[in-house]
Amino acid sequence: MAGYLLRRLIQSTLILLGVSFVTFLLLYVLPADPVRQIAGRSATAQTVENIRAQLGLDQPMLVQYGRYLAGLVQGDMGRSYLQKTEVATLIAARLPASLLLMAGGIACELLIGLTLGIVAAVFRGRPLDQGLMVVSFVAVSAPQFVVGLLLLYVFAVQLGWFPIGGYGTAAHLVLPALTLGIMGSGWYSRMMRSSMVEVLRQDYIRTARAKGLGRARVLIRHALPNAILPIIAMIGIDIGIFIGGIVVVESVFGWPGIGQLAWQAIQRVDIPIIMGVTMVSATAIVLGNLLADLITPLIDPRIKLR
Amino acid sequence: MMTTHTATAPSGATAALLSVRDMTVSVRDRGVVRPLVAGLSFELYPGETLAIAGESGSGKSITSLALMGLLPNNVTVTSGQALLDGVNLPDLPEARMRAWRGAKLAMIFQEPMTSLNPVHTIGSQMTEAIRAHEAVSRGAARSAAIEALRRVRIPEPERRMKQYPHELSGGMRQRVMIAMALALRPALLIADEPTTALDVTVQREVLDLLRELQAETGTAIILITHDMGVVAESADRVVVMRQGRMIESAPVDTLFTAPKQEYTRALLSAVPRLGSGAARAKPLPPTASVPVARLVGAQVHFDIGANFLGRPTHRVHAVEGATLDIQPGETFGLVGESGCGKSTIAKALVGLVPHAGHVEVDGKALGGLTSLGRRQICRDVQMVFQDPMAALDPRMTVGEAVAEPLLIHGIGTAAERHARAADLFARVGLTQDQMTRYPHEFSGGQRQRICVARALALKPKLIICDESVSALDVSVQAQVLDLLEELQAEMGVAYLFISHDMAVVENVVDRLAVMYLGQIVEMGTRDQVFGNPQHSYTRRLLDAVPIPDPQRKRPPQPQRPGDLPSPIWPIGKAPARVHLRDIGDNHLVAQEA
Repeated sequence: MAGYLLRRLIQSTLILLGVSFVTFLLLYVLPADPVRQIAGRSATAQTVENIRAQLGLDQPMLVQYGRYLAGLVQGDMGRSYLQKTEVATLIAARLPASLLLMAGGIACELLIGLTLGIVAAVFRGRPLDQGLMVVSFVAVSAPQFVVGLLLLYVFAVQLGWFPIGGYGTAAHLVLPALTLGIMGSGWYSRMMRSSMVEVLRQDYIRTARAKGLGRARVLIRHALPNAILPIIAMIGIDIGIFIGGIVVVESVFGWPGIGQLAWQAIQRVDIPIIMGVTMVSATAIVLGNLLADLITPLIDPRIKLR
Repeated sequence: MMTTHTATAPSGATAALLSVRDMTVSVRDRGVVRPLVAGLSFELYPGETLAIAGESGSGKSITSLALMGLLPNNVTVTSGQALLDGVNLPDLPEARMRAWRGAKLAMIFQEPMTSLNPVHTIGSQMTEAIRAHEAVSRGAARSAAIEALRRVRIPEPERRMKQYPHELSGGMRQRVMIAMALALRPALLIADEPTTALDVTVQREVLDLLRELQAETGTAIILITHDMGVVAESADRVVVMRQGRMIESAPVDTLFTAPKQEYTRALLSAVPRLGSGAARAKPLPPTASVPVARLVGAQVHFDIGANFLGRPTHRVHAVEGATLDIQPGETFGLVGESGCGKSTIAKALVGLVPHAGHVEVDGKALGGLTSLGRRQICRDVQMVFQDPMAALDPRMTVGEAVAEPLLIHGIGTAAERHARAADLFARVGLTQDQMTRYPHEFSGGQRQRICVARALALKPKLIICDESVSALDVSVQAQVLDLLEELQAEMGVAYLFISHDMAVVENVVDRLAVMYLGQIVEMGTRDQVFGNPQHSYTRRLLDAVPIPDPQRKRPPQPQRPGDLPSPIWPIGKAPARVHLRDIGDNHLVAQEA
């Protein structure tokens, strides 16, 4: 187990190293010039060159990357070009909001998706199943900004149940989390349905029924743990898609998270922030996958980590 | 078809426990109602074993599910009655049926490997069954479960309670299933092919066990099986079914000595019997200078486990020093229980697993071959597997499937390949117009014929039949075996015939090797091994084969403590090699400690 963890952590570090290099390279070859953004349009060529030298952007790409990496190892993610603040400080201030949104989104996604999937599987082939699968298809196809605006209009503007935007209370979280979770819930309901249908066909389900167990117990104790196994691995992978969603949802709802930070930074070519957000997201994805792999053997005794 | 119920209660009881009267079970498929079981009637008395025998599609499993109230949604009992203690089971509302299921009537299934939930411990699955019916504490349920495990002779029941199903062998799992089914002392136990998936020695143990438990508890058993040997050994009375209808119902002795119906006679005569092989006189093919296949001290090992550095900790000694040769035109049998390495030898012969030692095909050593040379070997050795449905691509017409080996090896033009495939179809008893159909349109026996045709396409010198007839009904099995024999006489192909069924092996092979834990423990001609078995394991295998003759009931065989020993050893250790001794005319027997 300790050996497994150690190896996975080494793997993870290598993955993050790769991500940092590729992102750095992409930003380097980008035609947009960050120095122009900092200096403004009226700056003289001399000023521009001075700023470039000051930021070290006149160095070869590998030297720049080496410096960045050296900083990163010491916990220094650099300074924002435009906000003149440590990137680490900026991210630390906004990360909790994003993590909260993400947790809310995953909760919505699983709660809605798994429930619909289980219900559809139990009523497979019947009208309810077909109806739910249409609903899930709509959920998968609806773009998040449309869903977000629709929810805002109905529940915040018309009904006034939830605040229109902002951050702070539980009520603020509901609509953004729902927006973030709906698309995934469509995916998960379909996956859960097929996984559950497969499990319900298994011999051990027949055994459980032959023992005289009630339907609910067969479903929850015998079918669910087996059906959810492939879903867990999926959640780990899904965190990447989620981070993309966060950028959209935070913009729609004015949620003060790293998605907004990233969006602003991209518009202004603020490379240290883009790098910082990318690295934090990549870390989240890597850790999410590791976590999913660690949870699986807790449910399935046949899987041993080594 | 009317049948007379001549049987009376064996133990003097007057009332039938279960009385099935003119029961019809139908499936509704797209609005069409079609009967799966029609007009079935039988009675079962306390303490009695009734066998329902029949081939696949006879409706025997549907009957058992109907009694348990576990039919699929679109299948229902459409007429007739099934009275258990006077209560009509199909009329029982689900809530009351649920209370009876597992308590008053219990069931065990064919596949012990998949019938237990992989994510729960044996203990939790057993106590759950008990607590579903009796308001007892966790602790009391636990003791009852341990007691039930002890009753089915599971060693160390306390430890088993904490184990998961995958940590137990198939035989152990079936014991757990039996313990679970009998924990609440049901009046009726339905055993649906309970030993079909088990090795023959384990089958014998499980059947013995069921008989003993029945004597202890007085449970009535419905034994559903396709195996007439199992019927003869275990049943008091027999119902023979075919295509959903009851053909014949009779006490077991009467059925075997004086079957009334033509179908029953055909079924009985198709059963391969141990001891009948000797009647088939066929001279051994002469020993050729170059055998089609030869193994000398062949080894196949798989490394498993991983330590801190990811290095393996254990090694499976799947094949440990096997030496044998297969002559042109002969049928060489390889027998032994699951995990003994017989299929691994087959894989080594076609290069599917890496091996050590010497393995050669048609005089060419497999080790150190180039990929081109290995491809050439593939032309000489072909395989026919157990499950023909799984062995055929469902999206390829069977004509394409048979012609594919020619395509892969770039032989002939499209027209020539088609002509060759058509020839092969005719040869295995199929017609040319069937070539454009897909595998699902054929029966199991026809599919296996297609697989044989495909194996023949490259005119191989050796065909490996790995349990090729095990999944087929006995009548179909006999036809496929006849076909294989004809093809051999005609083309001189050699077979490596791998099977767990000793009776089938005796009927088809010229020579054979008995494998145990990766090593050959006895080898010789059919007459030597079957007529004069020397190694204790060979005898044990032969003794375990059920005899389709109810007059010859055998005493229970002595219980083997626990499971088979394992072929898994820590790295650095290896099992002791057995030494084969020639006791005359190349009859090789391992010396026993």
